[in-house]
Amino acid sequence: MTRPILTLLRRWLPALGLFAALGGCAPIEPWVKPYERERLADPVMKLSRTSLGDKHFEHVVTVREAGRGATGVQGGGCGCN
Amino acid sequence: METHVNPGSATPARWRRRLATLLGGLGSVGGGLAALLLPATEAQAVDLPEDTAESMLHVYSGGGTRASGPALLVRKRVMDGLALSGNWYVDIVSNASIDVVTQASAYKETRHEYTLAADAAVRDTLIHVSTTHSTEPDYLAGSASLDLSQEVFGGMTTVSFGATRGNDTVKKKGSADFLDHAQHWQYRLGATQILSPRWLMSANLEAIADDGYLASPYRSARVFGAAVPERDPRTRSSRALKFRVLGDISREGDERTSVHADWRIFRDNWKISANTVELGLSRHLGDKALADVFVRWYGQTHALFYSDNASVETLYVSRNRQLADFHSLTLGGQVQYTLHKAPGQYELQLHGTLDLMQFKYADFTDIRTGLPYKNTASIVQVALTASF
Repeated sequence: MTRPILTLLRRWLPALGLFAALGGCAPIEPWVKPYERERLADPVMKLSRTSLGDKHFEHVVTVREAGRGATGVQGGGCGCN
Repeated sequence: METHVNPGSATPARWRRRLATLLGGLGSVGGGLAALLLPATEAQAVDLPEDTAESMLHVYSGGGTRASGPALLVRKRVMDGLALSGNWYVDIVSNASIDVVTQASAYKETRHEYTLAADAAVRDTLIHVSTTHSTEPDYLAGSASLDLSQEVFGGMTTVSFGATRGNDTVKKKGSADFLDHAQHWQYRLGATQILSPRWLMSANLEAIADDGYLASPYRSARVFGAAVPERDPRTRSSRALKFRVLGDISREGDERTSVHADWRIFRDNWKISANTVELGLSRHLGDKALADVFVRWYGQTHALFYSDNASVETLYVSRNRQLADFHSLTLGGQVQYTLHKAPGQYELQLHGTLDLMQFKYADFTDIRTGLPYKNTASIVQVALTASF
């Protein structure tokens, strides 16, 4: 009777220990402080120059390629019929 | 003295209250997500997208098709934490593509697309709702979207999720009896992570499901060399996962320069498998100009029921080259030039874009030559934008 319990404990004890250890951790501190993000805010780090241009390119490829989605640009309509 | 309630003034106030309640509820959902992810993280206020006005002329030309037109977008903050935007987009299409010239006759038509959207910043959540309506003589499409994004881990990570529901009405010119419909569902999930003071990465997942008429009422398939109406399944589901890495590679004192690399993997239940790879570079050219260049490669396998010329009768059959085995290569460049800048007030910019595309099909034969079909195309965009 005790054997299954021991097996269960042996299997899950390390996981429980890991959860307990993580629970005791302090919140993750941002390792890049806001004052260190100046380069990230530069226009060269912005891939979209105009939302209309992105929308147009996305429409062009969506009506020609079967692959779709996960681009972050929302299209609409068909224009391919 | 009697007092009268003025319905004209009470109604907007009521709507504002309802809107505030709705946005507050959505904000709570986002807030709950943040609490779930990191209970001890301090909430951060997010900024609305900046007020902007964009106008653009666009031209796509290639493979016998020319689509051009104007597009306009205006976004304005109307009250604290709420911005509204409107977008009008026109495609004037002159089509003499290989499908059209080998199966029918060239045609011209115009597509108009309207989008209304609202962006709201509620606590540390950005909410975007929009509705789009697209009309052309034989195709009507409408959709509604909701997207939420939220910064967590002290602004190091931005998580986002969203959904779109679309309804299409499909008609056929010259055939008043033909009328069919299609519905679309899209679900998105994404995360952007700051890796270092110079590098970012993102991952986006999107699942799309379609139900209804997904073929073209004009296109023919070939079975034993004879043209038959194409028959596509009435359902389709797909998923795409895209990874992006973006970083600043410039040295201290040099013009700021960034590079990016994208990889998207796509699968669907029509057995299409596709990959997209993009590499790009952006660089300031002095104080007023900024240039972007990129190269994009896309490749896909054909759909299970695609055939250039079927030699067996099957339930579904298509010769839609969008479902064929092919790859495309795009080389693109853009220059942005600041015409005028009044710091703290407004900025006026001119944008010029030229993309060159090449498509090569492995199993779509140009029946005029008997050779595998290929074509080149160009995209030109000229845009004037003002941010204020």
